[in-house]
Amino acid sequence: MYGLALLYIVLNCGISPSSLTTAGPLRQAALPQNRRALGRWLISHRPVRRQCGFPNEVLRRSLAPLAPLEAPPPHKHGSSMAAADRQRAARQRLQIITGHLQRPTEDQLITAAECKAPETKAQEPGEQRTVPRRRQDVMKWNGWGYSDTKFIYNKKGQAEFTGKRYRLSGMIIPGLKDWMEGTFGASLQHKTPATPLLNSSALQPPTMNEAFAEDLKATPIPFSVEAEDRVFRAHGHCLHEIFALREGKIGRVPDMVVWPSCHNDVVKIVELACKHNICLIPFGGGTSVSSALECPSEETRSIVSLDTSQMNRILWVDEKNLTAHVEAGIVGQDLERLLNESGYCTGHEPDSMEFSSLGGWVATRASGMKKNIYGNIEDLVVHVKMVTPRGVIEKSCQGPRMSTGPDVHHFIMGSEGTLGVVTEVTLKIRPVPEYQKYGSVVFPNFEQGVACLREVARQRCAPASIRLMDNEQFKFGHALKPQVSSIFTSFLDGLKKFYITKFKGFDPDRLCVATLLFEGNREKVLQHEKQVYDIAAKFGGLAAGEDNGQRGYMLTFVIAYLRDLGMDYYVIGESFETSVPWDRVLDICRNVKACIVRECKDKGVQFPPLSTCRVTQTYDAGACVYFYFAFNYRGLGDPVHVFEQVEHAAREEILANGGSLSHHHGVGKLRKEWMRATVSDVGLGMLKSVKDYVDPNNIFGNRNLL
Amino acid sequence: MENQATSPHTDPMLKKRDEFEDILEERRNSSDLRYALKCYTPVIYKHLSPCDATSLKTKVLQSDQLHYVITQVSKETGRTSEDLQDEASSIIEEMAHRLQLSTVRFFAFALCKVFKTIFKSICVNENGIQRLQQAIHDHPVVLLPSHRSYMDFLLMSYILYTYDLSLPVIAAGMDFMGMKVIGEMLRMSGAFFIRRSFGGDKLYWAVFSEYVKTILKNGLAPVEFFLEGTRSRTSKSLTPKLGLLNIALDPFLKGEVFDISLVPVSISYERILEESLYAREMLGVPKPKESTSGLFKARKVLSEDYGSIHVYFGQPVSVRRLAEGRVNRCQFSLAPRYIPKRANGDVQTFVNDTAYRLVRAQEENMVLKPWVLLATILLQAENLQTGMRLEELTEEALWLRDLCRQYGGFLHWPDHVAPSEVVSASLSLHHSLVKISEGQVFIAFEEEGESPSGPVGPEEQVLRRSVPVLSCVSYRNQALHVFVRPALLATAVQTAASNHKQDVFNTFSFLRTMFSNEFILCPNAAVEDFEEACFLLMKTGVLQLNQQEVLVSHRGDRTISFLSRLLLPFVQGYQVVCSFLCEEATDSLTEKDFVVAVRKFIVKRLIAGTLRYPEILSSDLQKNAFAALLRLGAVQKVKRVDQTKLKINKVTMNSLEDTLGGKLPTPNAASARL
Repeated sequence: MYGLALLYIVLNCGISPSSLTTAGPLRQAALPQNRRALGRWLISHRPVRRQCGFPNEVLRRSLAPLAPLEAPPPHKHGSSMAAADRQRAARQRLQIITGHLQRPTEDQLITAAECKAPETKAQEPGEQRTVPRRRQDVMKWNGWGYSDTKFIYNKKGQAEFTGKRYRLSGMIIPGLKDWMEGTFGASLQHKTPATPLLNSSALQPPTMNEAFAEDLKATPIPFSVEAEDRVFRAHGHCLHEIFALREGKIGRVPDMVVWPSCHNDVVKIVELACKHNICLIPFGGGTSVSSALECPSEETRSIVSLDTSQMNRILWVDEKNLTAHVEAGIVGQDLERLLNESGYCTGHEPDSMEFSSLGGWVATRASGMKKNIYGNIEDLVVHVKMVTPRGVIEKSCQGPRMSTGPDVHHFIMGSEGTLGVVTEVTLKIRPVPEYQKYGSVVFPNFEQGVACLREVARQRCAPASIRLMDNEQFKFGHALKPQVSSIFTSFLDGLKKFYITKFKGFDPDRLCVATLLFEGNREKVLQHEKQVYDIAAKFGGLAAGEDNGQRGYMLTFVIAYLRDLGMDYYVIGESFETSVPWDRVLDICRNVKACIVRECKDKGVQFPPLSTCRVTQTYDAGACVYFYFAFNYRGLGDPVHVFEQVEHAAREEILANGGSLSHHHGVGKLRKEWMRATVSDVGLGMLKSVKDYVDPNNIFGNRNLL
Repeated sequence: MENQATSPHTDPMLKKRDEFEDILEERRNSSDLRYALKCYTPVIYKHLSPCDATSLKTKVLQSDQLHYVITQVSKETGRTSEDLQDEASSIIEEMAHRLQLSTVRFFAFALCKVFKTIFKSICVNENGIQRLQQAIHDHPVVLLPSHRSYMDFLLMSYILYTYDLSLPVIAAGMDFMGMKVIGEMLRMSGAFFIRRSFGGDKLYWAVFSEYVKTILKNGLAPVEFFLEGTRSRTSKSLTPKLGLLNIALDPFLKGEVFDISLVPVSISYERILEESLYAREMLGVPKPKESTSGLFKARKVLSEDYGSIHVYFGQPVSVRRLAEGRVNRCQFSLAPRYIPKRANGDVQTFVNDTAYRLVRAQEENMVLKPWVLLATILLQAENLQTGMRLEELTEEALWLRDLCRQYGGFLHWPDHVAPSEVVSASLSLHHSLVKISEGQVFIAFEEEGESPSGPVGPEEQVLRRSVPVLSCVSYRNQALHVFVRPALLATAVQTAASNHKQDVFNTFSFLRTMFSNEFILCPNAAVEDFEEACFLLMKTGVLQLNQQEVLVSHRGDRTISFLSRLLLPFVQGYQVVCSFLCEEATDSLTEKDFVVAVRKFIVKRLIAGTLRYPEILSSDLQKNAFAALLRLGAVQKVKRVDQTKLKINKVTMNSLEDTLGGKLPTPNAASARL
């Protein structure tokens, strides 16, 4: 087994066995703790270094054994390479790294002074805020979300959600095992555990641009070349990306990560990148599901990941105009929490809001769950600042609407990191609503449910959020019910079930459920609620209680963790979305689901897949539909390839049924092949010409979209 | 699920076909009444939302498409929309089926009795039934039977009832409506009636198409119609009509259903009920109008033996798979789907190719009886009057049997029975067409001068004598689809200017173009057809192909001469039509007069002995030839004030005639990528 693995590494990395064996003992002896601890120290103490004056000598010594491994010379590593050569290279690396630690010259320090406004808690990022520079300390490097939170099967074989962060945390979910076994034919006996630790030797040696590194060193902007940091920024959360990480396979990763802490830092970095012809890939929350963060394998330049997470301050709040000016790296939960403290909110709540960033929302045209009240990102943005290779683009005023030719914001929104880095955004804010109420409605079938949503949209009385799950998803939600504590609740549940299926004659294999969220002042919410329930009643809907609704929304955050559990047991899956006119909603749901089932069968998937959908947003002219699909891949030689074929076919089916290429996930590289057909030749040409003007040297070279 | 059978290089010998099961056998052994009253619980479409015949009509009348068209028509004609709505209701009343199980049970009972009397057996492939059952469960189904007899659709419903499958709704021509009682009974057994032509009547089209689509997309019942549009009087498959198929594919193209299964059904009769009726019709005796009394007069058929029927339910074809990579369905997402829109080029090509593919699938699963081979051989005899020796016939038949099998024909030749018995059994079943006397087998011509209305003239005589020939021709035609491509190639090899592959291909593709109204030859498939023909002839050692040349091998002479003689009547027929149009056609000739005039011309030549094949008298052949000439620009229709006249392009006509005769080299075929 080890032999095979070794062979694999050799084949993949182009390192000859002899060089490996020479490196081997070193790695085992000196590396593990030391390097990691050191790296952490390097990163976290960088800004403070000036005060404490750590002796560089110590560092230099402890770094010495690392150098050859950390950055093997790019070309020759054959056994023929003389030891002298290796040492020289090592020394060179060492110089670079130690150089990072040297005090920058005074004239290059201006930026830091400028952006850390004295009244903000300049030294605190990482403590109050969710996202530290070393993301891997808090989050999984090869899965979704927080490291301490995941689904597991405990010793009794019951599913359990670990951690303390969520309402479901620490609870037993008794129905999950049966559901997983019943739906996928998965079994607890057949495990596919992930590689627990990142094996940095699987990494290709970084392509360093020394001159750039030199110049960067001269600024106070922190950066890292550490393997873990780089790997973390090389992926989003597409299935194939996570699957590869779990197998310990790592492709092209950024060669360096930089952490600007303000707009001017970004200006400086982009300037240097242009000067040295570096490929810059902006990184916000890393929640992309469009392969947008994947480093293009054909990229030969040094790739630098620009992590915006430390640009996370609210710069000002304007209560007169109800706007807030925010740095683009802030993640959704921090933004809402901080605004809430002063009684405001943006109301922008995409399902990924725990981790996704403001800049990412702007760059992908994100959509929030409560868009019916607050609007999507394009409705919320008042002003944007973006740093491009040509300079900074921004509007001269904050007028609420302008007739000044095509809106330049629309070049920025949806640019997916191909034109520049969004650094600051002025957003609309609203007072925190005084009252919130969840709700749910059961419909006899999906058709009736869609008809009801359509009517709600026609009357323009959609609550903050209204979502309709199909029957499979309803059952799935059911399987995720935590263990009920009292006999009374379980008795009540039984009674409800009896009422709906027996008394009302709903077929448990056809009924579906809509979850609702109302917001506003109490009186209006109650009035609104009545209006919506009245409409629902016309379509055979029965109110099914607040609890069901609330659980539905809570599950949106938890559900992403479930994929990791599936992947422990041969189940792989993904979600994807589209937007479609009302008259096509039912057809697209049926056809895409059927398409997934048929494709899986054709491609040799042994077990019937889970193929389910929900309508998650309503608009005047159509709806947003979300599909989930997952299957048990036991018996498949190349599950990811099969998966990708099925996903591809499903997207083709969506397009053939009048659905859009994406409602809010974006195009990235995953859906790029359909861009031309989607926006026409001329449309694509327009976008290309903008790219050519703004970024002629393709500095922002993530190759998304076009 | 995909029907791969039409791809050229699959060896036809390897074609897998299902076993047959005789459904009459059980009927002969148990109570018909119990059968007619049996518990009937068919498998239904999995997404079916039940809907009875009345609410179906309401659904159609309230559909968006109909509303749209009514508004349009009202704007164009100034009629009120209420008025149009009323018209729509009466159209649908006239059209709609009223399927009732009781009527079906009655038919089941009555048909059993009839079938048991006149047929030896009705054989059905049960695997096909199982596939159909699965198809009905999974997707809306379109049943596409071949059409050779009035019997076809009653037979289909009878079989589906027998096997507990959903009863189809059947598109039937309006002519049945003439028969009051029968018409209504057919309606109650699932037929819906459409006018034969409704040219520009938008409202009618809207009601009709919405009716069919509503049934299909809700999966209410399998929709059955005849791709060929009408009964083939010649037993050759007819060029498919695309109207209904267009409608049937529409729900898939517009995403209203995930998929549609098209199920080709091949119904082969050992002896066709309408045998001599058809022959007379071809010769110009007008077809009797369908009427109930007429049907009763036909009851003398009850005393005859019509052999057996084979019904083969083909592999269901998934429209989705056919359309994969061929049709861009996005084109339908830019306008509301209820607005009728002319299909784009790619959709038209797709529908057309699909239609041809399905007709070929029907052809391939047609069961050929030994008699078909015998008729083929007899028609090639030196002298039709004297026929040939029985032994010779038997020997030839055995040779042809093997050839037919090698070319993938679905031949039912009982191998365990001595060949001579097979031959004599076939001959005796068709005693009305063929006689044996003193070991000599010949076609049974009517005795001369036997007419009750006194003696007849020589023209009349020729026509009369042609009746049994045309009947035999219709049997021979059943096997034509097996041989047509090799026959075109054999003729091409003989007439081409040289042995060069390119020359042979050019001639082949010329013949193909010429005869594309006559045989099922899919447009744009010249290369595939050529390759298929080459493959078959090479496999049987008839042809040798090297880089540049096509050579007939020594032992291939017999096959080549058989194949080219098979095509010869058609070649001559087309030539005669050409020379008629060149020599005799006047400026005042209309299309209507054409058939009568050309028949006279041919009769003359037959009497004079310059023409050999009486089958050229078939109006079917003449009409096809005319259509081909029209298509190739040798004839043009010129609209005059009161009527449409024909304008002959003599130069083109002459060159076509000469090229057919091999006197002129063929022009280069456009798509010669060999």
